[in-house]
Amino acid sequence: MAPPAQSHRSSSPSQPSGKGEVSDLKSQLRQLAGSRAPGVDDSKRDLFKKVISYMTIGIDVSAVFGEMVMCSATSDIVLKKMCYLYVGNYAKVNPDLALLTINFLQRDCKDADPMIRGLALRSLCSLRVANLVEYLVGPLGSGLKDNSSYVRIVAVMGVLKLYHISASTCVDADFPQTLKHLMLNDSDTQVVANCLTALQEIWSAEASTSEEASREREALLSKPVVFYFLNRIREFSEWAQCLVLDLAAKYVPSDNNEIFDIMNLLEDRLQHANGAVVLATIKLFLQLTLSMADVHQQVYERIKAPLLTLVSSGSPEQSYAVLSHLHLLVMRAPYIFSSDYKHFYCQYNEPSYVKKLKLEMLTAVANESNTYEIVTELCEYAANVDIPIARESIRAVGKIALQQYDVNAIVDRLLQFLEMEKDYVTAEALVLVKDLLRKYPQWSQDCIAVVGNISSKNVQEPKAKAALIWMLGEYSQEMHDAPYILESLIENWDEEHSAEVRLHLLTAVMKCFFKRPPETQKALGAALAAGLADFHQDVHDRALFYYRVLQHNVSVAERVVNPPKQAVSVFADTQSSEIKDRIFDEFNSLSVVYQKPSYMFTDKEHRGPFEFSDELGNLSIGAESAVGTVVPAHRVEANDKDLLLSTSEKEEIKGPSNNGSAYSAPSYDGSAVSAASQALSELTILNPSVPGLTPQSSLAIDDLLGLGLPEIPSPAAAPSPPLLKLNSKAILDPGTFQQKWRQLPISLSQEYSVSPQGVAALTTSEALLRHMQGHSIHCIASGGQSPNFKFFFFAQKAEELSTFLVECIINTSSAKAQIKIKADDQSASQEFSALFQSALSKFGVP
Amino acid sequence: MISQFFVLSQRGDNIVFRDYRGEVPKGSAEIFFRKVKFWKEDGEGDAPPVFNVDGVNYFHVKVAGLLFVATTRVNVSPSLVLELLQRIARVIKDYLGILNEDSLRKNFVLVYELLDEVIDFGYVKTTSTEVLKSYIFNEPIVIDAARLPSLGAAGIFMQGSKRRMPGTAVTKSVVANEPGGRKREEIFVDIIEKISVTFSSSGYILTSEIDGTIQMKSYLSGNPEIRLALNDDLSIGRGRSSIYDYGNSSGSGSVILDDCNFHESVHLDNFDIDRTLALVPPDGEFPVMNYRMTQEFRTPFRINALIEEAGPLKAEVILKVRAEFASSITANTILVQMPLPAYTTRVTFELEPGAVGNTTDFKEANKRLEWGLKKIVGGSEHTLRAKLTFSQESHGNIVKESGPVSMTFTIPMYNCSRLQVKYLQIAKKSKTDHPYRWVRYVTQANSYVARL
Repeated sequence: MAPPAQSHRSSSPSQPSGKGEVSDLKSQLRQLAGSRAPGVDDSKRDLFKKVISYMTIGIDVSAVFGEMVMCSATSDIVLKKMCYLYVGNYAKVNPDLALLTINFLQRDCKDADPMIRGLALRSLCSLRVANLVEYLVGPLGSGLKDNSSYVRIVAVMGVLKLYHISASTCVDADFPQTLKHLMLNDSDTQVVANCLTALQEIWSAEASTSEEASREREALLSKPVVFYFLNRIREFSEWAQCLVLDLAAKYVPSDNNEIFDIMNLLEDRLQHANGAVVLATIKLFLQLTLSMADVHQQVYERIKAPLLTLVSSGSPEQSYAVLSHLHLLVMRAPYIFSSDYKHFYCQYNEPSYVKKLKLEMLTAVANESNTYEIVTELCEYAANVDIPIARESIRAVGKIALQQYDVNAIVDRLLQFLEMEKDYVTAEALVLVKDLLRKYPQWSQDCIAVVGNISSKNVQEPKAKAALIWMLGEYSQEMHDAPYILESLIENWDEEHSAEVRLHLLTAVMKCFFKRPPETQKALGAALAAGLADFHQDVHDRALFYYRVLQHNVSVAERVVNPPKQAVSVFADTQSSEIKDRIFDEFNSLSVVYQKPSYMFTDKEHRGPFEFSDELGNLSIGAESAVGTVVPAHRVEANDKDLLLSTSEKEEIKGPSNNGSAYSAPSYDGSAVSAASQALSELTILNPSVPGLTPQSSLAIDDLLGLGLPEIPSPAAAPSPPLLKLNSKAILDPGTFQQKWRQLPISLSQEYSVSPQGVAALTTSEALLRHMQGHSIHCIASGGQSPNFKFFFFAQKAEELSTFLVECIINTSSAKAQIKIKADDQSASQEFSALFQSALSKFGVP
Repeated sequence: MISQFFVLSQRGDNIVFRDYRGEVPKGSAEIFFRKVKFWKEDGEGDAPPVFNVDGVNYFHVKVAGLLFVATTRVNVSPSLVLELLQRIARVIKDYLGILNEDSLRKNFVLVYELLDEVIDFGYVKTTSTEVLKSYIFNEPIVIDAARLPSLGAAGIFMQGSKRRMPGTAVTKSVVANEPGGRKREEIFVDIIEKISVTFSSSGYILTSEIDGTIQMKSYLSGNPEIRLALNDDLSIGRGRSSIYDYGNSSGSGSVILDDCNFHESVHLDNFDIDRTLALVPPDGEFPVMNYRMTQEFRTPFRINALIEEAGPLKAEVILKVRAEFASSITANTILVQMPLPAYTTRVTFELEPGAVGNTTDFKEANKRLEWGLKKIVGGSEHTLRAKLTFSQESHGNIVKESGPVSMTFTIPMYNCSRLQVKYLQIAKKSKTDHPYRWVRYVTQANSYVARL
């Protein structure tokens, strides 16, 4: 409860301001305190209620603490409960007052009525006052041995509360061991479940400092314990079942028979009406079958119906949580759900957060057999009164078009959108047509015919305008009046507020000029003049750059601005597969709803208790430091590198890198260098977020611009090790990594020293992991700040599928690296360690 | 594991507030309420049930106009927390009889008492009304149900069916006694079906689905076992015959469910043989079984909608609704809505002669036509004509700029799936007392849409 924070609310007329009422209450309570008159309990109840209602709305009633305690000497359990509630709320902020309550709480802990014993013990443990812990140990000890299961249930949670107030008191009293004993022997399932909860929290927190706790934590995942729980799962309450299922999901079975045993045992949990039980079961099934592709797929088939049932029963909120999980599965394996597309149709009364998920699912499951119907449905939404959803729907149609082979019909639909004459529909459709043309240049005839009819005056949104201008530039040959439209746009240069549009305009008029010089010359001149006078730095610099390139040599300028383009084959995903795998590993958690791995939205101490991913979790994955949309280089084909770039300023980057060898570096005067370095800084900003823009390609540009920047160490230069050969394209998903890391013993643990150059170079973790990748040692997770860095690496043998896993902690102030190696083939780990050390020693050495 | 639980009124006042772990800073209720309020105003629609502000995760469900909220910093299972919030609301309703702001304010001490037994240190102990009964000592202060306009699911049965049902029964507390002190022995079994249908512009059914629940609320003493027998020809597992071979039962007449799930108290030992569910019903309201069906069914209403230009700046809309169920059945609280072109300025309505209980309205703000009907008797047909006036000439296709027509309704004692409770058997020792058994059916529109 938060009394002080909301106290300003009390100014509202409906709620009393406090002061006067509180002193009134105080005197009334005092009168009743000693009274034994008949009916006094009823009057006390009324007063207590008043106190608690003030407390709820945020009025500070701590002033009546003494009176409340005095009045609590009663056998009326309702009064006692209210008193406990009150005491629990104010004890933390008033520790000296809390001391007053200890006496009567301790007395109540010995009451004949188990209800009172339990309630008193719970209140006692909820005081959250550190200097009172000495009073807790005794009552807790007897509570854990109480005959009544109600008291034991309370006592187990009390131990956990004590641990949070004073961990050492809890451990010194040997409570964790008592709980362990209770967990394995108590007859009451709720006591057992609470023990499991408490022990998971306690041992996870202790594990970082205590070897023993870490062993105990591991022991919770041992076969006897896990099966002890699984075999009794039906006796537990539905909530405790979730707990057991979560535990089992972390267990690594020894063989496939065990996996099938567990799945058969839990099969009927999929028919539970509680969505939390079903999702926990699904998580377990998915985790268990990760290594068996065919069974894994059967699991998908099996869980489809229960998930769909959960989506359509229950409240909209519950169904959203389930739908988010279904969404994740659909995105992972769209083909399994392609015949269920009708379930993903939107209903008019669904909230937009549901509709958005469904649109993405519809997009994902579209294939040859259902595309026609899905696109027809999406076109209905495009006319929807809900404009954001209408826009999303059009984008969805576009995405489907980009992922299909037969786009004939879809192109027609898109062109119909353009004819609908709704501003936002036209705007979205223009952006799509642009993307479509980049992938399917063969459709240019049809598209251009329709786009040509659109008056640029009706297009206002910058993204759409930029798309239209791009098409005007790109297809100025085919579009009859392209130069004149561009010219009129340039005339209104000053009214164009979006810098993006002005940048596009510059590029488009350049392209148009190369194709139809006489008609465009005037417009080009006007555009360059306007651009040079532009207050926006990028626009100004681009205009200047074009101007000087044109001055230097027109044909060179054409090669830079309008090189021949390849059709885009695949538009890159916005989320890396590592991130997706991480989210999948965190199935049945908020990560799925937010579509982010947990390290992105939780701080370390609050990450789920008792998870291996705690270790990996606080580290960021691979190279996607801040940007979050990185695809590792080896996953993306080189020719896709320009596909992400949707604006034309990036085309210039592509230009030189394609034609780099044929291009001789011109000499620049001072101002031109500033333009060039501007381009370069764009480039370096882009670099981390552009997949496939490998060091080589940026190197080429560095050279080409003749700025003499320090060279990035080329991976090719890495000397190959003498004996052990590693696969430079090794792939391992984080889930498998975690599983292996759990399963394999440590085969080698060493400490190396790091060279001073290496220490100097290790300013960010990215630097090292890029370096190690050059030695075919890949990073799966990294984190930390100077002076402590932590990395998880993996490598695979070149010839066979034998993996090495490395945990590497580098402390730059002591210049030491601590290495733990786990390997499929342990005999090779010595050799690998040597290799790792040699790679590490080259770090930072030019 | 949750950190805090609170209930906010529609205006954002704390009605109940409980902090279990002290991990989330104070003021979380205000942060939450502000976020939810401005989400909509920022044009992004409703706030999702789960969101994160500064590392704190906020979960909420809306029940009876109240916001039930939980916070946590831990990466928990969203299903678990949302389910828990829904269950807390249900437990409170079981105790108070009626759940709304008024009853909650009057009974907040009882609610605190419940919360203390439901959650300890952020972990769920139990949400079973049955189990809780032995720990709860406060008596509910029952508020008068008669002056409440809307009662949600319970209200369905109160409208137009008073003769059949004692309407107050569903809204009575599990612990409160009837006036007169004696508790009435009775059990309610409700088959509630929500149907979603989309008609194409040519009247053909594009998609249809029934989402059903068999809901039970028992006021029987002595926890007797109940046997519920469903249709013999019921089969489960449409569309996954490759995994479950239930034989070829898709012949005429049989009821084929796509899938279903059950409450944990249900024993399915005989389900495969004779389609009976055996259970000892716990106290309080709970779903015995949820089911989903996409098998074709007879849709209760046919909708015909037409919009035509009628000269410059004018158009006419004709809406026809035909009830395709038996004349012994009456649908109530019907509302037909249709979005009109954005440049519509004025609408005049023309109802059939002799139409009663009809209301018509043009909602200027969102350009929507609304047609309400109090009752529709099975077999009847109703028509509405509306003349629209536009502020500008329409360039495109007015059909594309209006619609789709959507409809909401409630049909008591009617269900589309033909799933039936054939009998409800109570294993009761005493022969003198015959408990009341109520088996009720109702069909509601979830999304009932006709495209133009």
